[in-house]
Amino acid sequence: MRRRRGRALRRLVGLYLPLAGFLLFALFPFYWMALSSFKSNPELYNVRANRLWIADPTLDHFRDLFAKTAVLQWLANSFFVAFLTTAISLVLGIMAGYALARLRFPGAQAFGIGTFITYLVPTTLLFIPLARVVQGLGLANSIWSLVATYPTFLIPFCTWMLLAYFKSIPQEMEECALIDGCGYLGAMVRIVLPMAIPGITFSAMFSFTLSWNEFVYALTFISATTHKTMSVAVPTELIRGDAYFWGELMAASLLGSVPVALLYAFFMDYFVSGLTAGALKG
Amino acid sequence: MATGLVAWPAAGRRRRRLTHEALTGYGLVSPSLFLLLVLLAYPFALAVWISLTDRVLGEPGRFVGLGNFGKLVGDPLFRQTVWNSFVYTLSTVCLKLALGLVLALLLNQEFPFRNGVRAILLLPWIVPTSLSVLTWLWMFDSLFSVINWVLLGLGVISRKIPWLGDPVWAMASVCIVNVWRGLPFFAVSLLAGLMAIPRHLYESADVDGAPVLRQFWHITLPLLQPVIAVVVLFSTIWTFADFQIVYILTHGGPVNATQIFATMAYDVALVAGRIGEGSAIALFLFPFLLIVILLLLRRLRAEEGT
Repeated sequence: MRRRRGRALRRLVGLYLPLAGFLLFALFPFYWMALSSFKSNPELYNVRANRLWIADPTLDHFRDLFAKTAVLQWLANSFFVAFLTTAISLVLGIMAGYALARLRFPGAQAFGIGTFITYLVPTTLLFIPLARVVQGLGLANSIWSLVATYPTFLIPFCTWMLLAYFKSIPQEMEECALIDGCGYLGAMVRIVLPMAIPGITFSAMFSFTLSWNEFVYALTFISATTHKTMSVAVPTELIRGDAYFWGELMAASLLGSVPVALLYAFFMDYFVSGLTAGALKG
Repeated sequence: MATGLVAWPAAGRRRRRLTHEALTGYGLVSPSLFLLLVLLAYPFALAVWISLTDRVLGEPGRFVGLGNFGKLVGDPLFRQTVWNSFVYTLSTVCLKLALGLVLALLLNQEFPFRNGVRAILLLPWIVPTSLSVLTWLWMFDSLFSVINWVLLGLGVISRKIPWLGDPVWAMASVCIVNVWRGLPFFAVSLLAGLMAIPRHLYESADVDGAPVLRQFWHITLPLLQPVIAVVVLFSTIWTFADFQIVYILTHGGPVNATQIFATMAYDVALVAGRIGEGSAIALFLFPFLLIVILLLLRRLRAEEGT
């Protein structure tokens, strides 16, 4: 009896209490974001009110956002850029990843190391010269500048993720296909890709997220309101001078966060297994 | 005998395929290679060139050699930026490692809804940083800070904490937010490392009567060491080159107390328009980056070898 109680106490102190602390730390900002977006202005700025709860929920901030700002356009821009760059990077990443995993050709190793290094190059190192390149290509101030530049960090990521994944797939079946007269591309499309679907799903999801969340390039290349993506539009367009409309800001932040959160809710299993399996082996 | 019969044609096919194999390989990597050369290698070369000129927005610059770098080394603001960047990186990476290890050990135990909890703890890492940092900005608000409201209510503090208004607190604030965002990456990666440790090692240690702490020290930590190294190196790069958290929370202030490489490069190049000097600041990231890349490559090579 006493032993069981001692064990329960140990579980409480050694597991549940610290875990609750971590959960509170991780999730409180999201609670606060959601709470603030449904609070009316008088309540939002009332020092006396209970700050952790809403007495009188309202949709005013969302209504204002849709009526007075280009929030739908920003969301559409984010979707467009994230979708297109993910598709481009996935196709090119599959091609390069397969070549590095399976084919032997002079220079393969150098290319592999090169992609790995570019994967590590932070966007903050190159945003100044890239702004000039983007201008030279005639893409300044347009979302096409993002479509062109995001693959520079998404392709290396996809290549390395998929390279690790392709390597983990046994080679025998492809060899059979090759002997049966399938070319390399036939073997890749018919045998390897179907087996790599979990890895491809994970890479796609993560690329989409990286693209959706990107900030530095989008801030540097685009100043036209209607071309901005969500991650940059909210902090630059909704803060006017020194005036912070927190209800609106939090409502917009919620709108910009929900799509990726939903994506992960749907593909959670792929994500946790993908992260725990391959992310670091790459 | 049978092997002798099939060996000949196979070898022949192999030789013919080698050129075909190489061609296919080049064909498959060339689109990526082209894109990376145009939009990564060329801009990098351009960055080096611009940093050697005194280019200002809208005007062609003159070649000034290492003038920008020399000027920066003597600039007290830049020195402070270097110092801040190191404080920011070292303190947050250490905190993320320590807390991430604790969290990974917790998540490695059995408890109800474990997968759900693991997934939900990832949220800070996957949600757009610029938007979640706005929420933190609101939580740190000088008048309406909810953190102050709770801490005052609980009697933990007796006066409001000036989260973003005081140089020391501002640095602490950006560090807290960085730890908040980066912790899931550490926890999940270390958890993957923990799950790969064979169970029987702990079982035999149990039989020998080794206490839990000793087991952690002699089994868990040594076997986790490769994962720890990779995670720390990755995070060091990302933190060193971080931009959004500081840009949105403090803009480098108050009085440059939280100015780091990327935010200063942005301010100098794009706000003040001194592109040459801004490029030089961004390039100061490169040597540190190079060291970390070389360490990582050695690490991965070593793993490949084993």
